[in-house]
Amino acid sequence: MSALLEARNIGKRFGGVQALKDVSLTIASGEIYGLIGPNGAGKTTFFNVLTGLYPRDAGEVLFQGTPLKLGNPSAVAAAGVARTFQNIRLFANMTALENVMVGRYVRTRSGVIGAVLRTRRTREEETAIQRRAEELLHYVGIPHRANDLARNLSYGDQRRLEIARALATEPKLLALDEPAAGMNATETAELRKLIVGLRDDGLTVLLIEHDVKLVMGLCDRVAVLDYGEKIVEDVPEVVQRHPQVIEAYLGTGHG
Amino acid sequence: METLLQQIINGIVLGAVYALVALGYTMVYGILGLINFAHGEVVMVGAMVTLAVIKLLAGTGLPLVVQLLIGLAVSIPACMALGAGIERVAYRPLRNAPRLAPLITAIGVSIILQYLVVLVWGRTYHPYPELLPTTPFDLAGARISPAQVAIIFFSALVMAGLLWLVHHTRLGRAMRATAENPVVARLMGVNVNHVVTMTFAIGSALGAVAGVLVSINYSVAHYQMGFILGLKAFTAAVLGGIGNLGGAMVGGLLLGLIEALGSGYVGDLTGGLFGSNYRDVFAFLVLIVVLIFRPSGLLGERVAERA
Repeated sequence: MSALLEARNIGKRFGGVQALKDVSLTIASGEIYGLIGPNGAGKTTFFNVLTGLYPRDAGEVLFQGTPLKLGNPSAVAAAGVARTFQNIRLFANMTALENVMVGRYVRTRSGVIGAVLRTRRTREEETAIQRRAEELLHYVGIPHRANDLARNLSYGDQRRLEIARALATEPKLLALDEPAAGMNATETAELRKLIVGLRDDGLTVLLIEHDVKLVMGLCDRVAVLDYGEKIVEDVPEVVQRHPQVIEAYLGTGHG
Repeated sequence: METLLQQIINGIVLGAVYALVALGYTMVYGILGLINFAHGEVVMVGAMVTLAVIKLLAGTGLPLVVQLLIGLAVSIPACMALGAGIERVAYRPLRNAPRLAPLITAIGVSIILQYLVVLVWGRTYHPYPELLPTTPFDLAGARISPAQVAIIFFSALVMAGLLWLVHHTRLGRAMRATAENPVVARLMGVNVNHVVTMTFAIGSALGAVAGVLVSINYSVAHYQMGFILGLKAFTAAVLGGIGNLGGAMVGGLLLGLIEALGSGYVGDLTGGLFGSNYRDVFAFLVLIVVLIFRPSGLLGERVAERA
């Protein structure tokens, strides 16, 4: 498998805190890649740098061999990286369908002139946007909530909606930031099915997760961050037995 | 009774124009959290450019309505470019500055625009041609002119178009997403700078229409007309709940009615102590009352801090 994303020596500092130090990792095309680590290890910071939300202090990210324009989130999305959020950030006052339709923005092009003149191309594009958004709601399993405001959806459905919205941008890499946080066992099992389905449909998934069992059971490869540094990057079986990981992440009582 | 109906009609005409201008304030506020105090001047420029075009067309013998439409066809794009240009030059560099900086800049832009217009067209009051027939007809005892009917109709049409644009187009969805959370909108691939530019452009287009309509209504245009009009429209936006499109429309209409009824009756109610020349007082009384008792406006929600 070829490398889809290659992060090279990423560094990020917040004041006196070195949140990320020299982090390099490679995500292969078509795999589910897990990123774990204790609270404050820098997982979400890495996500935020990767998706262009935070400017990085050092390093670069190659995506399909080309450097990502870090610091320009919409360019990163256009390149094919989409994400969800640890604390859900939907457009709460828009319907579920509209949330997903916003995700189509980057893959469509109609302007205001076409909209005002109701040109044929604009109308066709609008229909296509809506159809695709409906398909995606169906795909994540919430087609019946299409016309409900996002804020009225249940927690689990909101998580699904975030994934649908991210998928609408047609990513090659889908980055999920603690998608199972706050989910009960049933919801987690369904989420797991969904993620496997995404991979089977050709998507590469980057997963940040606290639920170690989920990560170890689901991911093809796992990297562990601690104090902003990568300790190990390998298949789950190796990672689980790595002494530094046990010490740093699983803590005492597992040794 | 006839006064009442008459003032209600006047109020609706006035309110329609306030609503159009208020939408420009509220759209920009909704997206950027910025009060674009230069918007009143964009409205004024719209009226002036249209007038200039109509003067050029004066000898052609085209029907006045056609001249008006040609005038709008020039002034609307001109104001769109002006509004978007103001954002690009004056506000975008201050996007992350403290809130006071763009506010002061906005006042500076207002003054610059006013005096640019003075340079080109002078300080005089320009009589506005009778582009629409103003001979009033009788409506249940009150008098209403075809021009006033046209103002109401045209404003309603433009506002309906705006609502449609915001709710049923790709750009409109991107605008609403950006208004809710610009950071997430960018992460989902929305080109926020483009959305901001288009917001200013569309608000300015509405402003240009409003400027022409108000000039037709009062038969006059001059370089300072945008100042009071802008302040009143801003009041209307606050009254309705700034950032809320429906609020701007309701607020504009209400303010127009309050002003018309207030100036219509203040003379009788105070035994002639105050006359209708106190009309401007009502808008600002409303502003004070709203800010004291319901700062979020009629349709506004308490705005939560953005994450």
